[in-house]
Amino acid sequence: MNSESPIIQIENVHKRFGKVHALRGVSTTVRRGEVLVLIGPSGSGKSTLLRCINGLERPESGRVIVDNIPLDNSSEHINAVRAEVGIVFQQFNLFPHLSVLQNITLAQQIIRKRTPDESKKIARALLAKVGIPEKADAYPAQLSGGQQQRVAIARALAMNPKIMLFDEPTSALDPEMIKEVLDAMLLLAREGMTMVVVSHEMGFARAAANRIVFMDEGALIEDTTPEQLFTHPREERTKQFLSKILE
Amino acid sequence: MADPASAKPPPARAGRALPMPDWARFPWWVIILILAGILAATTIFTSADYTSIITLLSSGIYLTLYVTFFAYALALVVGLLAGLMRVSRNPVLNTVGTLYVEVVRGIPLLVQILYFFYVIAPALADRTPEPFDQLFRSEVNMGIIALAIGYGAYLAETYRAGIEAIPRGQMEAARSLGMSYVQAMRYVVLPQALRIILPPLGNDFVAMLKDSALLSAISVKELTLWTRQRSANTFRPLEHWTIAALLYLTMTIGLSLLVRYIERKFAIPK
Repeated sequence: MNSESPIIQIENVHKRFGKVHALRGVSTTVRRGEVLVLIGPSGSGKSTLLRCINGLERPESGRVIVDNIPLDNSSEHINAVRAEVGIVFQQFNLFPHLSVLQNITLAQQIIRKRTPDESKKIARALLAKVGIPEKADAYPAQLSGGQQQRVAIARALAMNPKIMLFDEPTSALDPEMIKEVLDAMLLLAREGMTMVVVSHEMGFARAAANRIVFMDEGALIEDTTPEQLFTHPREERTKQFLSKILE
Repeated sequence: MADPASAKPPPARAGRALPMPDWARFPWWVIILILAGILAATTIFTSADYTSIITLLSSGIYLTLYVTFFAYALALVVGLLAGLMRVSRNPVLNTVGTLYVEVVRGIPLLVQILYFFYVIAPALADRTPEPFDQLFRSEVNMGIIALAIGYGAYLAETYRAGIEAIPRGQMEAARSLGMSYVQAMRYVVLPQALRIILPPLGNDFVAMLKDSALLSAISVKELTLWTRQRSANTFRPLEHWTIAALLYLTMTIGLSLLVRYIERKFAIPK
């Protein structure tokens, strides 16, 4: 398939939470291999948009199509998309009753139907990749935040996703642990993974992003390259926001 | 920047909201009970009367334990199904689950047992071909089912509380990995919820053992009915009821200790 073809298509998506109009007609596409960073003030709708991509939120109107599968009311479609899209949450959401290894093998065995040996081998390789091979038998509560988040990345990667979503992956971490998580994400970006990242880590955006999108009040305000956005922001709202987070 | 060691957050303070001195946390009640038990045992085994009473009443223990184990096992299943209905977003399932819980919890357990045995069971038996109707005419079987239905409603609420105590992110993470709702419940949410509700589940087990005495009302010859008949026949209520109370106490304390052991065994490593 053409590497330039869009893998995520978002068309005129609206979403309301009660009276809050979280997304107001958002449209965009993400191409294969693209790394897209979403920034914007809290409540601007960036997490909601991200969660629409794997069906954790359902748009009221508009369409989301992932890898040619429409996210409609069919649970078959939703599960098919979810198996292709990995997500990493701000709060890690590891399964606390399972060891690190079991966290990574569970979905492999029940969704991908891999054997225990096969799934363990994959899990160990991914733990080595994110830099914590020695933690396979630990439990989530025994790990630091940075280690937990790297396990969460390995857990998502074990499903061989075509797309990885990151919802503020470093916001719950102590400062000295942010780098180890960003390094793992950077490695992934270099390998050509399609990524959509909600994050205010501008260092990461500069180093890895092809595109950066500024959102405010449920709409895409500016959609450009990191250099362009940091040096010549077009919109007044973007300038104000950048001046706050870059100071 | 401060050196990394000192930048680490302080370890979360372990312990209870209401601290107690060490001597007060020692299980003195166990010591007192053991002393009382030794006293009771010497009285019982040095007196021929008591020895014969305990031998006679022991036959009731078997039925008490039998009824409790089966009724509890059934109640665990009924309660799980009803609890899952209560957390379901399907309006039909949710309504059925809520209706069951509210109706059953609003009627005294003794009335439920009598109603089930004298109204529902005969109606079912009359509509069942022989010889299967005997199933509905057995007071032990019907007693087990009545207890299970009564306790199922309480267990349903316990399950619901446990499931609702699991952060929403757990379900989201499981679903995001491609699991169905049922798979996410089975592998991620329920295993965690069960660990949380182990203490109340254990309490209900002990409570059911005590409530099995209510089955004496439908002539299930468990420990209480047995004691009642013996003490009436012999005109010796003091000895019989004292022994019965001690036997119940021994069983409930044994079960409590068992539940504590299970709780520790399944604790999530920290």
